[in-house]
Amino acid sequence: MGFPGFVAAFAAVIVLMVIPLVGVWAANMTTFFGVVVPYAAIAIFLAGLVIRVIKWGQSPVPFRIPTTCGQEKSMPWIKTNCIDNPTNNFTVLIRMALEILCFRSLFRNTAMDFREGRVYYGSAKWLWLFALAFHYSFLVVLLRHLRFFTDPIPFFVTLLENLDGFFEIGLFPFTWLPGMMLSGMVLLGAASYLFLRRIVIPQVRYISLTNDWFPLLLIIHIAATGVLMRYLIKVDITAVKELTMGIVTFNAKAPEGIGVLFYIHVFLVGTLLAYFPFSKLMHAPGIFLSPTRNLANNSRAVRHVNPWNPKVKTHDYEEYEEEFRELMVEAGLPVDKPLEEGAE
Amino acid sequence: MATPKPEILSQVNHRPPWFTGWMDKPLEIKPGTFCYAANPKSVDYVGLPHAHAWDPTAEDWKLPPDWKNIVLNGMRDRLKRFRSFQLFMDICVRCGACADKCHFFIGTGDPRNMPVLRAELLRSVYRGEFTLAGQLMARMVGARKLTEKVLKEWWYYFFQCTECRRCSVFCPYGIDTAEITIMGRELLNLLGLNIDWIATPVANCFRTGNHLGLQPHTYKENAEFLLADIAEYVGVDIEPHFNRKGAEILFITPSGDIFADPGIYTYMGYMMLFDHIGLDYTWSTYASEGGNFGFFTSNEMMKRLNAKMYAEAKRLGVKWILGGECGHMWRVINQYMDTMNGPANFLEAPKSPITGTVFENARSTKMVHISEFTADLIRHGKLKLDPSRNDHLRVTFHDSCNPARGMGMLEEPRYVIENVCNHFYEMPEGTIKEQTFCCGGGAGLNAGEYDLARMQGGMPRASAVRYVHEKFGVNTLACVCAVDRATLPPLMEYWAPEVKVVGVTELVANALVMDGENERESNLRGEELPIEVMDEETEE
Repeated sequence: MGFPGFVAAFAAVIVLMVIPLVGVWAANMTTFFGVVVPYAAIAIFLAGLVIRVIKWGQSPVPFRIPTTCGQEKSMPWIKTNCIDNPTNNFTVLIRMALEILCFRSLFRNTAMDFREGRVYYGSAKWLWLFALAFHYSFLVVLLRHLRFFTDPIPFFVTLLENLDGFFEIGLFPFTWLPGMMLSGMVLLGAASYLFLRRIVIPQVRYISLTNDWFPLLLIIHIAATGVLMRYLIKVDITAVKELTMGIVTFNAKAPEGIGVLFYIHVFLVGTLLAYFPFSKLMHAPGIFLSPTRNLANNSRAVRHVNPWNPKVKTHDYEEYEEEFRELMVEAGLPVDKPLEEGAE
Repeated sequence: MATPKPEILSQVNHRPPWFTGWMDKPLEIKPGTFCYAANPKSVDYVGLPHAHAWDPTAEDWKLPPDWKNIVLNGMRDRLKRFRSFQLFMDICVRCGACADKCHFFIGTGDPRNMPVLRAELLRSVYRGEFTLAGQLMARMVGARKLTEKVLKEWWYYFFQCTECRRCSVFCPYGIDTAEITIMGRELLNLLGLNIDWIATPVANCFRTGNHLGLQPHTYKENAEFLLADIAEYVGVDIEPHFNRKGAEILFITPSGDIFADPGIYTYMGYMMLFDHIGLDYTWSTYASEGGNFGFFTSNEMMKRLNAKMYAEAKRLGVKWILGGECGHMWRVINQYMDTMNGPANFLEAPKSPITGTVFENARSTKMVHISEFTADLIRHGKLKLDPSRNDHLRVTFHDSCNPARGMGMLEEPRYVIENVCNHFYEMPEGTIKEQTFCCGGGAGLNAGEYDLARMQGGMPRASAVRYVHEKFGVNTLACVCAVDRATLPPLMEYWAPEVKVVGVTELVANALVMDGENERESNLRGEELPIEVMDEETEE
């Protein structure tokens, strides 16, 4: 789809911001946007996620097909690469942990440089770096949001906030901003990088679909509205907490005067949640089930069972000898049935 | 069509257009980049559906009237049977990390050869036919309906993927395009749309036991020709064994190696090696194929061909099976055989009768790779070797895709080479071991009419060989794969004409000091050894 997909995605995000703007500002539908939308989004998210993962789980893994990225275990004097070519569940666990926590495969990334029929390979760690920054800052931002859903606020959330806020306090030229959080900025920056590379790198632009641009734009706008609320266009934070605590205690009421920006933020988050199970964002649970990564390469040592192993028609030796017996005997090859019996 | 000169093929544009999407790109089935349609007789012989004559360049592929339902039901069925397929349809984020990892993309610049787009060819139909969003929003979410154009695109591009799995090394979710291609080819086979370079070997293998269709007496004769060559060049008479009951070990290797240069020298190498160590083994004319082109057809067809290995081992009453040098053969043995046709309880855990080593890693499948076996022999000092006979060779090693990425056999062949050759050089990082490049003709794409695509697809491999040739004077490309031995010589001829292709066991045999042998004046190819090598030998 390439570049035109971007236009569609961008238009969709604008519409998604206008809906709560009009709804809250003009029609004062605060209960709908503050209570109904979050509940509906969470319900769709959870149900969709569970249904999708169950569907995956229902398809068996007929063959043991790990991609081996290192030396196999053969003889004791040859050093095995137990992480990239795991042979038991423990080493699979290490491989998976590195994959999920450190994006190990992406770390391998190389960039091809093609000059006059010569292929050169350079290191290419930017995608890995920004993908990692994106996911971890997103995680920190999510965890920080626990302060809206807990009372008292758990110590680790406060600790995280302190760490997160520590680095950027008083950094020029933002000295006038209160308690700057690193994670929000990193999230915004990393998401923007991931977005820009889809425009700038010709091959990635070419493969990008509307549903590649859309979640990135959505997240960028979620982060941006969040940052705006925190630093520039303040909303009534006490009223927000009243609402969010109401949501977790199933006693939600939208208080007066929170500010429309909050509802835009929430609507975008709701969209992201509801969109998640039907989209490529399912890569998050998917990686856990990936058969090329989560299986040990031990299928020569331990038999892997295929639950639907089909019965097939083979060409057995008898049929073979039946056809070639005469020629075999002539050539001095041993046969199971002597020629006299086999011949017509 | 003659393949253009290397200078022409070296010009590749990797920049896709700005505004036109890949779905709008017309499909061009270009001569030199597609394989001939399957001979309907071959398709019919093994009972695969809808055998019919058709021409890939024609408008009408003579599909059955309900072809669309056949394919869609086939997809539905496979989504339920293979988690890999279902998952890989759902989780790609199109990050593009795989894009420049494919040798066919590097060599052709055709964006639909980027692994991500190759998979999108199928994924777009999955979304368009099986998901709500795809049905509602179609193009917006990269979804489309199954049409004849789509089907032709599948055929063209799934037979322009060698299932090498290089992209899956780099994918952050382990999405393996080989799995997608395997599924795509299974679906095409439901309509009889195989290529002949796969379909006819499959039929041959089913009937005669090997891809080439060598009948038992011919197989034996060919081996005897090679034994005569050994007698001439080495001076040792070797007694061959075929279909011998009660042998300890059954040896199975691809039939390509008994048939064509330079594979035959590896075949000679096997016979010399086994004679040298006095191995109690047999060949089989029934299980006379290590490779498995069924793997490139459907998982059922793979199982049907593979079944002969265990069946023959059982009939002959051997203890275990030793397998020769081959690429995809070893992916099938390592990742599929025991699951499909096991458990092979009638065999014993493989134990080298020479060294006593028990191959624990193969205790269930009961099949050991010749490089593992040879490395163990060398490690225990059981081979009498004179590596200086290979001194005129400057050797590099090409990791075959499947032993590298579907097994992880990286060090064993290197250990063997380093013990039989004095000059070994690695190709650059990023082109070897798990990141090795395909020869350009794997997964059944070694057809003559496919020459242009093979030269393009093999370019990254050849480029790395050229690099070590220029830097270290490398003149020999060693490999452990019969398909490589067929595809790499023309590739080298085209891109790096000074480099010859050898099998690892050929190198072993040339260095092997056999009991009662002649003074070696030539190698197994009958090529005279350089004088200084002979001098050293005379001193011994």
